[in-house]
Amino acid sequence: MFGFSRAQSIAFIVMLVLIVVSPYVLYPVFLMRVLCAALFACAFNLMIGYVGLLSFGHAAFFGMGSYVAAWTMKVWHVDASIAILFGAATGAVLGFFLGYLAIRRSGIYFAMITLALAQMVYFFCLEAPFTGGEDGIQQVPRGHLFGFIDLTNDMTMYWVVAAVFIGGFLLVHRIIHSPFGQVLKGIRENEPRATSLGYRTDDYKLIAFVLSCMIAGAAGGTKALVFGIATLTDVHYSTSGEIVLTTLLGGLGTVFGPAMGALVVTSMENYLAQFGAWVTVTQGVIFMVCVLAFRRGIIGEIGAYLKISL
Amino acid sequence: MIMIFGIPGPLLFGQLLLGLINGAFYAMLSLGLAVIFGMLNIINFAHGALFMMGAFASWMLLNYCGIGYFPALILAPLLIGAFGIVLEKTVISRLYKLDHLYGLLLTFGLALVIEGLFRNAYGSSGLPYRIPEILTGAMNLGFMYMPIYRGWVVLAALVVCISTWAIIEKTSLGATLRAATENAPMVQAFGVNVPRLITLTYGGGVALAAFAGVLAAPIYSVNPNMGDNFINTVFAVVVIGGMGSIMGSIITGFGLGVIEGLTKVFYPQGSATVVFVVMVIVLLTRPRGLFGKAA
Amino acid sequence: MILSRRSALATAAAASTLPLIRPALISPARAQTPTIKIGVLNDQSGPYTNTGGATSVVCAKQALEDFGVSTKGMNVEVISADHQNKPDLAVSIARQWFDRDGVDMLLDVPTSSVALALQSVVREKNKVYLNSGAASSALTGAQCSPNFIHWTYDTYMLAKSTGGAMVKAGGDKWYFLTADYAFGKQLQADTSALVNASGGKVLGAAQYPFPGTTDFSSFLVQAQSSGAKVLGLANAGGDTVNSIKQAHEFGLTSTMQIAALLMFITDVHALGLDVAGGLNLTESFYWDLNEKTRAFTKRVLPKTPKNYPNMDHAGCYSATLHYLKTVADMGVAEAKKDGVATVNRMKAMPVEDDCFGQSKIREDGRNLVTSYLFKVKTPAESKGPWDYYNLVATTPGDEAYRPLADGHCPIVKV
Repeated sequence: MFGFSRAQSIAFIVMLVLIVVSPYVLYPVFLMRVLCAALFACAFNLMIGYVGLLSFGHAAFFGMGSYVAAWTMKVWHVDASIAILFGAATGAVLGFFLGYLAIRRSGIYFAMITLALAQMVYFFCLEAPFTGGEDGIQQVPRGHLFGFIDLTNDMTMYWVVAAVFIGGFLLVHRIIHSPFGQVLKGIRENEPRATSLGYRTDDYKLIAFVLSCMIAGAAGGTKALVFGIATLTDVHYSTSGEIVLTTLLGGLGTVFGPAMGALVVTSMENYLAQFGAWVTVTQGVIFMVCVLAFRRGIIGEIGAYLKISL
Repeated sequence: MIMIFGIPGPLLFGQLLLGLINGAFYAMLSLGLAVIFGMLNIINFAHGALFMMGAFASWMLLNYCGIGYFPALILAPLLIGAFGIVLEKTVISRLYKLDHLYGLLLTFGLALVIEGLFRNAYGSSGLPYRIPEILTGAMNLGFMYMPIYRGWVVLAALVVCISTWAIIEKTSLGATLRAATENAPMVQAFGVNVPRLITLTYGGGVALAAFAGVLAAPIYSVNPNMGDNFINTVFAVVVIGGMGSIMGSIITGFGLGVIEGLTKVFYPQGSATVVFVVMVIVLLTRPRGLFGKAA
Repeated sequence: MILSRRSALATAAAASTLPLIRPALISPARAQTPTIKIGVLNDQSGPYTNTGGATSVVCAKQALEDFGVSTKGMNVEVISADHQNKPDLAVSIARQWFDRDGVDMLLDVPTSSVALALQSVVREKNKVYLNSGAASSALTGAQCSPNFIHWTYDTYMLAKSTGGAMVKAGGDKWYFLTADYAFGKQLQADTSALVNASGGKVLGAAQYPFPGTTDFSSFLVQAQSSGAKVLGLANAGGDTVNSIKQAHEFGLTSTMQIAALLMFITDVHALGLDVAGGLNLTESFYWDLNEKTRAFTKRVLPKTPKNYPNMDHAGCYSATLHYLKTVADMGVAEAKKDGVATVNRMKAMPVEDDCFGQSKIREDGRNLVTSYLFKVKTPAESKGPWDYYNLVATTPGDEAYRPLADGHCPIVKV
């Protein structure tokens, strides 16, 4: 099913069960934050895990998706589904233009260029009147889904967010387990050989980038609806850094890694918020520990221990 | 008053000079980054944090040990450089065998840790550090008032940048360094202790950042976020100049400072973005950077 | 067999993260004496740490002590969190506080963008919001709310006091250095209006990118060449400190006067008197102003020895004290149930405490405290630690703020 292996199918069902059961035990708004972060991380993982390109500016797509969804919701009073689609479209379009510039390089150069381009987007958001600058776009209504489902109730919103997450998750998985995904894998393994086989590798990488940014934009749009606010934090480079941390901690290139990473990182931030700057220190320490000793991430380590691929 | 493009002459020349001063910081910082990247192939994201530590070191030397600015110019880089060497030996050297990306991630985490710790200890509002007596005051140059301290900054930066460039490009030590980056086993076969060389190079790059920090302390208040504000712009500078090119970083650093200064005159709101716009243009026309070696 | 062991391990791995999530668990309701919970939400690690931060919490707790909470048999708890100047984080914390932790009153909240973002959340949950730290006058204007009181100061009061006084003293030509976001622009707008109304003229403004600008030299050079007599700083915190330092460096102070439109005593401390001396600023509280403020400071200082209280901190004390008086008057259960009713009662009762003396809260939520124009002492004039201010002028509460009609606050019946 969906190209999952036996173990992965089990893990998928476990994840579904957790998603269904948890809002009755845990705080739904917290869980929605986890799900949005998990979707964003899945999108990011597509680039780093399967294409092998570290994008250090992914917050730009997440944040712009967030802003556009918030704006269309607040000013045009569109349906919630349209707002999220707008968010995704924004991510895709922006991803195309920025990707076109960045794809020419790879490795660290790609990372630094994406970082700098994202900074440009940040400063654009700072100046542009529609983003509200430091105030952000506030008081965004949750509105209705498909015209009749009222989203003001936290639980209803939760099911919608869960559906968006599962959809995005499966979409990423489908992209990877497809002929297109196979070519990507080939490019990651040995780009010159792929080129010699006749594949226009830059085009493939760009398409993957655009897809990744599209999903990130959708995640941003959903987040804006949940919290009713889109701010500069969403496009700040620390958000980019955070999503790298999330995916790294969860497990780069694994299927369930991003979701696990999102759960751990969001919980940690929640818990440490009362301790001020220790959040930053802890994030930094986790980064360093992961790079030095824990490169496979949580899911990666579990998978290696159990000798399965998660 | 001369008017150029509708802007009073004093204002224009003033801004150009100020841009040069900003450029001095960009140049020094990107120089350190370029040295570390060129020699070690590590993107030192912690560079901003180490710059900040240099400023803090000079503040601490003054407030805890009574040591003033000029000794601090030498002591702080030595201290922070030593810290850099410790970092390299314990943490960074483990990365050489890995994909370069991990270097970026590790130093990013390192930057978070350093900045977080300093923020916890010293808060964010900034600590005062006075300009040394002998450098206070301003000169009336006719077309602008130039604070003597700022002129000193440009001078010191130029001296340091040119000396570093000279050491790397013109001395035998520099030649050995450059050879070691290209073919470490070969150089080691010649009896050169390559790992130690690399450690010292990292320490040197860090010391450069710390030196910039000491220079910056009297101008900006010494606060844990001061590195943040520079690091992103400096990255763009390095990309524009061409990663690994020493002279490229120096020229680009000063050049971008001037461009930024001019933008402040004609369109202040864009002054933060102009560096990135230049970067985009360079990327479109000459992807390896203005002075970069082909990828 | 093997698979089920693997899946069991996988589930165990997932479950092992639950301890991390414990704080997010919904705890079952407990029946006991109702507790009044006060949540202090401010910046505890960023540029406004000393302006608000831990000292605000200390002052809020001092109010509990001075009110005699234990002797009156009330259960009151004070918690705090760091909003890191991020509106989305603040909204998230506030929601959690209201939904799960039973917080009744939100206190302090500096940073105008954050303060504005919380208005709708508090209104939705019908709680009480007493803001001491933020500046924007829009909070009692277009964005006012029946659940909200703006306690300590605002952009209009700063503009009128510092701006108006400086124009009167001969500073009729102004040039602004403005942080290019809502707060800076509001402050520039309010001050420009006042300067123009007082017969002065605004020659220009340099709006710089916020946050992130640490070097103001080029903007200061522009100011210098404009020929203005006064440099108006429409910024706060680290920006203000930096701009003043650099203005000194460029010899601006010999030809121009500096109006630090928003500055706290904690910023003066950070700058040092040799640089800050001679500056004009407005606060509504100074620890050394009179016997009562000195007494208050003496009580609080042992708990915050390195950071003397500024008007933000004093506002937290005063607001908490008045809130407690109101709750005692209404009854705890009533107060917890209805935030609007509590705020209305607070507006009905006159305010009096050691920090601000007497004041009155207006319909739009504006607390009309007296504003004082201070001049910072030179190092020679200062006789002891934190002896920083000379009082120059006093504006009584009913004159210091924007007239009610001009605010266009929707809840005010015109």
